[in-house]
Amino acid sequence: MNVLLRTENVVKRFGGLVAVNQVSFELYEGEILGLIGPNGAGKTTLFNCINGIYRPEEGRIFFRDTDITGWRPWRLAHMGMARTFQIVRPLAELTVRENVMVGAAFGEKQMPLRQAAKIADEVLEFLGLAPRADQLAGSLNVAQKKRLELARALAAQPRLLLLDEVLAGLNPTEVDEMVETIRRIRERGITILMIEHVMRAIMNLSDRILVLNFGELIAEGTPEEIAQNEEVIRAYLGDPKLAQRFALEE
Amino acid sequence: MKRSVWSFLLPLLVVLAVGLFPLVTQKDLHRETAFTLLRAVALAASLNIILGFTGYVSFGHVVFYGLGGYVAFYLVAVKGWPFWAAMLMGGVAAALLAYLIGAGILRLRGAYFALVTIGVNEAMKAFIYNFQPFGGPTGLTMNFAVYKAYGGPKAVLWMTYYWLFAIAILLVLVTYWIRTSKFGLGLLSIREDEDAAEVMGVRTARFKTWAFTLSAFFPGLVGAIFFFRNASIEPHDAFPLHVSIESIVMVMLGGQGTVIGPLVGGIGYQWMRVFLLTNPLLKNIQLAVAGALLLLIVLFIPAGLVGWLRRRFPATRRFLL
Repeated sequence: MNVLLRTENVVKRFGGLVAVNQVSFELYEGEILGLIGPNGAGKTTLFNCINGIYRPEEGRIFFRDTDITGWRPWRLAHMGMARTFQIVRPLAELTVRENVMVGAAFGEKQMPLRQAAKIADEVLEFLGLAPRADQLAGSLNVAQKKRLELARALAAQPRLLLLDEVLAGLNPTEVDEMVETIRRIRERGITILMIEHVMRAIMNLSDRILVLNFGELIAEGTPEEIAQNEEVIRAYLGDPKLAQRFALEE
Repeated sequence: MKRSVWSFLLPLLVVLAVGLFPLVTQKDLHRETAFTLLRAVALAASLNIILGFTGYVSFGHVVFYGLGGYVAFYLVAVKGWPFWAAMLMGGVAAALLAYLIGAGILRLRGAYFALVTIGVNEAMKAFIYNFQPFGGPTGLTMNFAVYKAYGGPKAVLWMTYYWLFAIAILLVLVTYWIRTSKFGLGLLSIREDEDAAEVMGVRTARFKTWAFTLSAFFPGLVGAIFFFRNASIEPHDAFPLHVSIESIVMVMLGGQGTVIGPLVGGIGYQWMRVFLLTNPLLKNIQLAVAGALLLLIVLFIPAGLVGWLRRRFPATRRFLL
């Protein structure tokens, strides 16, 4: 299988705090790779390094066999990388359709507006937001805004999709819908790297899982392996009984 | 939602109505009134490109007006250039200044950017004060013989009026194009959330710089026109900070980020100004009223008149752009 994204010993510090410490991993084309870890483990910081928002202090990042370390986010978008934000960032005064058109028009394909509008309508249909297309994005509720984040990223027709907690803040029904949506996105051939706290979902979706703790990669493996990994249970879950319950749930 | 053809025709009709009026009546007074209105409209519509579409509040709009005025004036009065070429150079000089400083100051956001733009204006004024080719503190005056080539002072007043009218129409076309183009969508996304826009692939630094450059080109032309017909130019007249502030008020009053808003705001504000200036009680505090107006707009209708209409009555979005 082809490696789509590879990091080598990535380090990101904030003053004295080492937020990401020597993280190396590979992401293969077509897979869903989960990224989990306790709060403050450095997951979003790692995303920000990959996506060009931060420049890592050490280490290298390769995307599509190109060294992209320190590239600006727009350049990565032009190479086919898209992401959603944990805290939704709708372009509030633009319509839902216009939001999604931005994703399509400025992604790898650099579509003209007319085509971007067509893609936007398709994506909105796919995500069930079509009835809201002409509404201002600021007027959507949280679940809809989460979908809008996803719609914008998808409209770019990316090769790699970084999902930062798209399930957070959704009720159980909405979570199930979103999980189903993510599956369908993968079926379209898009590779996904996702941060998630909803365990049931990430264990179900991921082909492999990475575990971060205090900025370090402490485990890597299939969901089953991760669920039984002693160190993960200790570091991530703390209480072993909780881990058993969590294993039963699976 | 299909956009109605009126979204384009309405702003065009507003400018045509103002601009054609004195051509019909052929009265000097009407021409001067229309000149003031069109100048306000042009300053507001051009400021709207950086303020309304891109979301960067610039208090330095008048610096481009003054610089364009100076460059064109110098080229006509001292170098003997034909007016149209000098005017074009005035616009180019203003755009060039914006391009050069934009790369640096557009990294700043919010209040920091706004503060620096005031500094740019004051720095430019100080520079011109000490720049001898432009006459230093006393400025330059036009030899009336220059006007002979254009058929005398009266003909110059009409010719410059036609130029301004043409620029105001051009600005409607340009802002309509921006609002409906991919470039404009990029600018709007920067206004809404610059970081999110960049993550989606918008080359934010480049987009902002071009928006600023385009926004500066037009006041450069307008300044060239104004000071050519004014027959004199001096630093104090060329870089008055209050004109920048009034331009912001006009944009905010009509509706930032819309095509027709700054036109309505420009005309509305000038109309109010005339009312204040002719009122014996209020004529000395007309700028204070402008300040209070800005405060009220920001507090109660930050989207301006057109923005408010668009929000309150979504059906108007089809034809109000």
